[in-house]
Amino acid sequence: MLVQFYNVSKIYPNGVKALDDISLKIDRGEFLFLMGPSGAGKSTLVKMLFREELPTRGQIFLAARSIVRMKRGEVPKLRRNMGIIFQDFKLLENKTVHENVAFAMEVVGAKSREIKERVPEVINLVGLKGKEKSFPGELSGGEQQRVGIARALANRPLLLIADEPTGNLDIDTSHEIMELLFGINRKGTTVIMATHARELVKNAGKRVVMLENGKVAADNPSGEAIL
Amino acid sequence: MRPGSIFYFLGQAWQSLLRNRLLSFATVSTVAISILILGFALLLALNAGELMEHLESDVEIVAYLDQDLTSSQITDIKQELKAIPGVQSVTFFSRDRALEKLQGKFGGEDYDLKDTLGENPLPHSYEVKARDPHTVPQIAEQIEKIDGIYKVNYGQGVVERLFKVTRWVRLISIVFIVLLVVAAVFLIATTIRLAIFARRKEIYLMKLIGSTDWFIRWPFFMEGVFLGACGGLISILILAAGYGSLIKRVDTLFFLPLVTDPGILTNVYLGLLAGGALLGIIGTWVSLNRFLDV
Repeated sequence: MLVQFYNVSKIYPNGVKALDDISLKIDRGEFLFLMGPSGAGKSTLVKMLFREELPTRGQIFLAARSIVRMKRGEVPKLRRNMGIIFQDFKLLENKTVHENVAFAMEVVGAKSREIKERVPEVINLVGLKGKEKSFPGELSGGEQQRVGIARALANRPLLLIADEPTGNLDIDTSHEIMELLFGINRKGTTVIMATHARELVKNAGKRVVMLENGKVAADNPSGEAIL
Repeated sequence: MRPGSIFYFLGQAWQSLLRNRLLSFATVSTVAISILILGFALLLALNAGELMEHLESDVEIVAYLDQDLTSSQITDIKQELKAIPGVQSVTFFSRDRALEKLQGKFGGEDYDLKDTLGENPLPHSYEVKARDPHTVPQIAEQIEKIDGIYKVNYGQGVVERLFKVTRWVRLISIVFIVLLVVAAVFLIATTIRLAIFARRKEIYLMKLIGSTDWFIRWPFFMEGVFLGACGGLISILILAAGYGSLIKRVDTLFFLPLVTDPGILTNVYLGLLAGGALLGIIGTWVSLNRFLDV
């Protein structure tokens, strides 16, 4: 078991109840779609994984370590086990593709020899060979998201977390990104992806967890019953 | 911090300086102006203090003796004066010298006071200096009780008022400088916050990737120290040049006890330089923590 949520609730200071008694288990190597309408609690749940938000009640474990009881100083270690992919890519505009990916390794204190080895490897993996020296502004949306994925993979995470990774992309590009994520998953990385793009989920044959009003409305191993 | 990281941090700090040239310039200027004003106030306060000390040190007690004392009695009184706690020095001033002084003041060379007065009517006296000028009134009170003392004079009334003035001048100097320091911290912190705000996306990203707070802080601190020290240096150069030329002019024009001791001035300038660097650190610390809370 990689991730466990036990009776997790989140009430924001303004009184909004984002999550209501969620319990969820995610195995190593799984690919999980987190679906539901806007405001259903997808983002809150994802943010709890890397501890940007803490639950009001309940427990969350990553590889049997409590994320909730963790000290502030241990959070960096937790996050180094994860790669995060954002809807708006969050690339640094003044750095090249190579520098953006290397950045993720530099800021966790990786040795320069490791960085030199690993960065071309992941750039190659996401299919951006030859674009190392380009700046994000010179790339298409799909290519920018590939840089984001390469950056998330650089530190060999156990868990890849993608929050609406195709939200800013057209449908063909979205399918390409999905293929890339499925491929990464096949090599053993657990992937959790929040999305409301049904057409991406429909024929994927992956597990789908449906959130509604902060509760798990459905949880299906191949997504069939839901869609 | 790993030894190898220091070069990485320095590189990051340097890159950020160059990339945010305008904000770097703004920070240096803000620090320079703040330190310049602060340094000006400091020199002013230092000189005011020097002047006050100068005025206070002029305060002394003159104890006039009875006319009919024997020389051994006069010596005994000297011992008694010296025994009073807080007394620094006791100097005998004979009636002959007192007359000479009076002659110099009023008679000049035109006529002889001795002839006019017939005989010297002035008493012998002791000039008593206190270690701390503020204790002069209390010491004077004790001197009055000694047998053979005819009268004690220390500028009663005037001295008390002088001390009141010097106390206020010192107090105002300190309050003024504290206020300036607080203003400088706020001003610099605000400027640095602007610089950090421009990079909040990067900081957020670093946090989510798993950077430790200190890994993020170091380059900012180095930048803050560097910019603060640069600003401090600029203001010190201006201040030293200005004060140096002031000393040259004033010394020939008035009799003002300006602080000219190079040792003291060097300490003031080094202090201001360190102050600039410290302001850079404090400003960075205050501004940065908010962005690290992810």
